[in-house]
Amino acid sequence: MSEHHDKPTGIKRWLFTTNHKDIGTLYLWFAFTMFLIGGAMAMVIRAELLKPGMQVVDPLFFNTMTTMHGLIMVFGAVMPAMVGFANWLVPMMIGAPDMALPRMNNWSFWILPFAATMLVSTLFMEGGGPAFGWTFYAPLSTTFAPKSTDFFIFAVHLLGFSSIMGAINIIATILNMRAPGMTLMKMPLFVWTWLITAFLLIAVMPVLAGAVTMMLTDRNFGTSFFNAAGGGDPVLFQHVFWFFGHPEVYIMILPAFGIVSQIIPTFARKQLFGYASMVYATAAIAFLSFIVWAHHMFTVGMPVAGELYFTYATVMIAVPTAVKVFNWTATMWKGSMTFETPMLWAVAFVFLFTIGGFTGLMLGVAPADFQYHDTYFVVAHFHYVLVTGAVFAIIAGVYYWLPKWTGHMYDEKLGKLHFWLSAISVNVLFFPQHFLGLAGMPRRIPDYAIQFSEFNFMSSIGGFAFGLSQLLFLYIVIKCIRGGEKATAQVWDNPEGLEWTIPSPAPYHTFETAPEVK
Amino acid sequence: MSTQAGSYYLPTPSHWPIIGSVGLFTTLFGFASALPGTPDGPVGNLGVMYVGLAIIAFMLFGWFGQVIGESESGKYNAQVDTSFRMGMVWFIFSEVMFFAAFFGALFYARQLSVPWLGGAGNNAMTNSLLWKGYAGTWPTNGPGAVGGKFEHMAAFGIPLWNTIILLTSGLTVTWAHWGLKKENRGQLIMGLFLTVALGGLFVSLQAYEYMHAYHEMGLKLTSGIYGTTFFMLTGFHGLHVTIGAIMLLVMLIRSTKGHFTAKNHFAFEAAAWYWHFVDVVWLGLFIFVYWLV
Amino acid sequence: MPASKITKKLGSLLCMALVLIPGAVFADYKLNMPQSVTAVGKDIYSLHMLVFWICVVVGIGVFGVIIYSLINHRKSKGVTPATFHESATVEFIWTIIPFIILVAIAVPATKTLLKIEDTSNPDLTIKVTGWQWKWEYEYLDNGVRFFSNLDQASNDARQRNSGKDPHSVDHYLLNVNNPVVVPVNKKVRILTTSNDVIHAWWVPDLAIKRDAIPGYINESWFKAEKTGVYRGQCAELCGKDHGFMPIVVQVVAENEYNDWVAKQKSAAAAAAAGAGKTWSKEDLMKRGQEVYNASCAACHQANGQGIPGVFPAIAGSKIATGPVDGHINIVVKGKQGTAMQAFGAQLSAADIAAVVTFERNAFGNNTGDVVQPSQISR
Ligand code: HEA
Ligand code: HEA
Ligand code: HEC
Ligand code: CUA
Ligand SMILES: [Cu+2]
Repeated sequence: MSEHHDKPTGIKRWLFTTNHKDIGTLYLWFAFTMFLIGGAMAMVIRAELLKPGMQVVDPLFFNTMTTMHGLIMVFGAVMPAMVGFANWLVPMMIGAPDMALPRMNNWSFWILPFAATMLVSTLFMEGGGPAFGWTFYAPLSTTFAPKSTDFFIFAVHLLGFSSIMGAINIIATILNMRAPGMTLMKMPLFVWTWLITAFLLIAVMPVLAGAVTMMLTDRNFGTSFFNAAGGGDPVLFQHVFWFFGHPEVYIMILPAFGIVSQIIPTFARKQLFGYASMVYATAAIAFLSFIVWAHHMFTVGMPVAGELYFTYATVMIAVPTAVKVFNWTATMWKGSMTFETPMLWAVAFVFLFTIGGFTGLMLGVAPADFQYHDTYFVVAHFHYVLVTGAVFAIIAGVYYWLPKWTGHMYDEKLGKLHFWLSAISVNVLFFPQHFLGLAGMPRRIPDYAIQFSEFNFMSSIGGFAFGLSQLLFLYIVIKCIRGGEKATAQVWDNPEGLEWTIPSPAPYHTFETAPEVK
Repeated sequence: MSTQAGSYYLPTPSHWPIIGSVGLFTTLFGFASALPGTPDGPVGNLGVMYVGLAIIAFMLFGWFGQVIGESESGKYNAQVDTSFRMGMVWFIFSEVMFFAAFFGALFYARQLSVPWLGGAGNNAMTNSLLWKGYAGTWPTNGPGAVGGKFEHMAAFGIPLWNTIILLTSGLTVTWAHWGLKKENRGQLIMGLFLTVALGGLFVSLQAYEYMHAYHEMGLKLTSGIYGTTFFMLTGFHGLHVTIGAIMLLVMLIRSTKGHFTAKNHFAFEAAAWYWHFVDVVWLGLFIFVYWLV
Repeated sequence: MPASKITKKLGSLLCMALVLIPGAVFADYKLNMPQSVTAVGKDIYSLHMLVFWICVVVGIGVFGVIIYSLINHRKSKGVTPATFHESATVEFIWTIIPFIILVAIAVPATKTLLKIEDTSNPDLTIKVTGWQWKWEYEYLDNGVRFFSNLDQASNDARQRNSGKDPHSVDHYLLNVNNPVVVPVNKKVRILTTSNDVIHAWWVPDLAIKRDAIPGYINESWFKAEKTGVYRGQCAELCGKDHGFMPIVVQVVAENEYNDWVAKQKSAAAAAAAGAGKTWSKEDLMKRGQEVYNASCAACHQANGQGIPGVFPAIAGSKIATGPVDGHINIVVKGKQGTAMQAFGAQLSAADIAAVVTFERNAFGNNTGDVVQPSQISR
């Protein structure tokens, strides 16, 4: 077994690597880069919306920014970041020597930069990049879209291909590579959430591939999927898209649940409350996510029975999610808490995600959604669950495991500063958007009526502050990689999990002989 | 489920994946550049795409070659084998979901959008104001009669023969598997040969059927939603039959070279599973695309 | 700042937010959903407030417990952690309670939804068609038909760096040239469809939002109980100028409505009569420029350069400098499957003649051609 001990250096190490830690690192840096790019686009959006009137960009380019911002944040930032965590942590948490299929693991990652290049290249083509929203509804994205759309379609194919292979690898690893004694119900919750997420990915990414394939043939070969004259229906696109799209949002949040479920017990110094019910709740959320998709489409004119059904099914998701929130609460209850940076982010997650969940529940009620739909109320909802949900969990996780990854402690003072700056500015950024939406401001517009001025101004200022705060994060991470106080193997006060039994930084190869789990 | 300590084969760094990425990127970039972007425009120069496909082929040869080499030299233990199996099963599941999207489109058109255009449900006004006189019955090329007059495909001609052919090929591949398990190499090779031949026959008949549709029946990809769903579903299926046949062909060649043992033949089984999957999809097609018109 | 102080601050901040938000909701109409001038809209509003208050109460409960815990169950207070980590009873209870709450929400939601979807027995039916980027209204009962565009003042001010202050424009971006007029206290059925991409017809005060889908018709309705002017916007991304296709509905007394219908009919007759007249080139160019700026510049741009890859230039265009018939044809009939619409249905013969003349003599297209309204056939 000597051959895999050689560790090539330089660029080749990263290009050819089959090591789960290297690949995890690649994913995380890729995600962070995309977060900055997608965030910069959000800054363009917020700059244009700072004041009424058109000042910064043209309407078409504004739509391009909205679209690319959504696509890049979802497919480029959050999803790859979560896969990065899975790569780093799943093998270490279950006592495996590496991922089950290491070469394929490399491929899953190395498709991403190519897909991103293809996607971003559309910005420089004639007619501009995609400007039809990240949901790319037909026929705006088929008959009425520029040539660059074909490149966009293939970029989505590549992203899907990468995600499917990544998910297959994670499932095979979790099901096949556990150390002796690591039964399923002993796995850390993060591993459980990823197992279920991977299943969601394999089930829905091919459907997205189907949707863009139908777009491709409608655009280029005269098929009639989304054309009423030929017997098709533009709304068919929305059904196919949201059959993917709704599970997709849980793909982004379930691993976040996993991360938070690791962090809170550590800093509450108390075992996670209701482990089994957490597992079942995760599975229930995943199951429900397949049968609620049309709550994004209440205004398309579905038969009333459909609207009723999708309302009932949608609000049901609050039940298993409630179980999660209550379990986190009960874990903190009568704990012995301290508030290091990861815990601050995790606690903020619980508060702010729940607020986003509440607005989700409001959206799920069809008659009311007729009023909310396609307004900034929806934008506020999904940024609470995505930014203060998924992204906050990612940041919490980075602080939590950074000492394990780098061998150094991050700068606690700066970490806390980063937290407070972010937590305050993000609410200034997104809270007013609830009011904007309720008062009638549609989303995806580059300019607005005067009555929306104050809140937009506030939101933009919050946006700039939140964006700048993330540069501090970059600085903290780099500083931590460069040096700092040496981290112990345990790092925290008695945390649970196999990853804390190995030295910090985690050696290049871990668990080549499987640990015994009691 | 337990790890036999230290024995899980971990490959060395590999350059194949990045070559694969370059190949995919080149293929798709080339294809996108050549596409017209409108239904009536001509497809441009596909040269770049072919270069990309060549790179992918090179990668497949190299990568699988390496894996076969490692397998034949006994580096893979049972646990590695299980990983491969899980990989293949979940890959096939992803393919099932890909087809599900297209079957979903077919059901949606047949059960919902076409009847709605004909005035069903809450769509009386759709029919009377926009598409007056359209009956909304299947098969159809829509109220706009997109693509002109056409005849629909009958189930009990070539399609029935093709069903028989594919089902038989499912038997022959199983027979080959029995041969392999008995270490009867003759039966293995014969079974695989028959399977590949039946696959080839299937694809040829399908090609003939397509030509017939285009030249004599007026049935085209552009024949409204019927033509769309017919050609997209059978076309993607045909593509999968072709891929499956190529996989089986590789297994055939490997069998003649003496690869596989009664115990160790994951690649063969993977190809066989894939073949069965293609078979099952066909049954769905036969029922919902051809038969229940 | 020590951690304890920080969390205390966070706690009080959140408490404050929780107290302030519901209060603020009532402070000003702009913070909350409008209460609507229809009965169904009022139902929707109370449903909205019901779910909102449920969330507030559940939120205060959950957040209250967490905050209490954050303050009291911390290491710096010397607490030793408890060891419990499950309880079937508690878990059962907190699974069942949300479920019951949800059922309580579902009941009024169902009732309201059934009312919304009951479009039977209307007093008046209007077909609303979305076009990139304007609305067409067709009164099926009396044949009144017109297009409704963003008003000129807003359109001028919204151009990038126009130098015009949006604050100086009346109802900036929420005003149109031709509002929809309907009688008060009548059930108005709205049939939405589209000529190109998906749009959505939304007027918050009437509590109606419905997608306009090409090739399909969606039905919805409202019955305004108060006269007044109600404004809304397109609510589905429909391309470049999605933000600039507002809706204005004027609800008036029945007799006013009847007067309006009569006036619309005589105006349409007058426009048709003008088609025979012969125009001078100057008049055509002047009128043509107005029409161009109002109807064509959104795509082909005020300078006639278009947007490469999306909308072709008129300057130097083969069609605009080629045979006159081809040019008239594309303007009148549009081009199927592209954003270029059939303007024959939207503009009078005189306007089309004017805009074609203009395009053939502006932007350096010096063909010298003059097109008269009599040459326009549809
Ligand atoms: C991480 C991503 C994420 C998550 C987790 C969610 C979670 C939920 N979402 Fe959200 N959603 C998005 C991302 C997400 N969403 C995005 C991106 C869009 C917009 C897409 C687009 O159009 O661009 C969207 C849009 C969206 C819509 C469409 C709105 C519209 O366009 O008109 C709806 C409608 O039903 C909805 C509902 C819900 C619901 C019911 C949940 C539930 O899962 C929430 C459940 C959680 C709770 C309810 C809180 C916890 C519970 C308790 C503390 C106790 C129980 C409480 C009670 C009983 C009151 N979402
Ligand atoms: C996980 C996903 C995710 C994340 C993290 C974010 C993060 C942010 N999003 Fe959004 N967003 C979406 C997913 C996400 N978003 C989606 C799916 C849509 C819908 C798209 C559609 O309608 O199709 C959307 C739409 C959307 C809109 C509505 C646009 C419209 O309807 O027209 C707005 C407007 O305010 C917005 C703002 C922001 C802001 C300010 C951030 C901030 O959190 C970003 C902060 C990060 C940075 C700023 C980067 C770091 C800093 C720098 C690079 C330095 C430069 C900084 C300065 C100059 C200050 N997003
Ligand atoms: C919503 C967008 C839009 C509007 C508004 C619009 N056009 Fe067009 N126009 C187009 C598009 C797109 C094309 C290209 C069609 C094609 O693919 O051939 C086009 C093509 C044309 C052409 C042919 C140009 C050429 O060289 O191909 C002429 C002439 C023209 N339009 C005139 C007009 C006039 C006159 C008006 C207003 C009365 C107008 N257009 C309004 C989108 C628009
Ligand atoms: Cu029309 Cu948006
Ligand atoms: Cu959803």
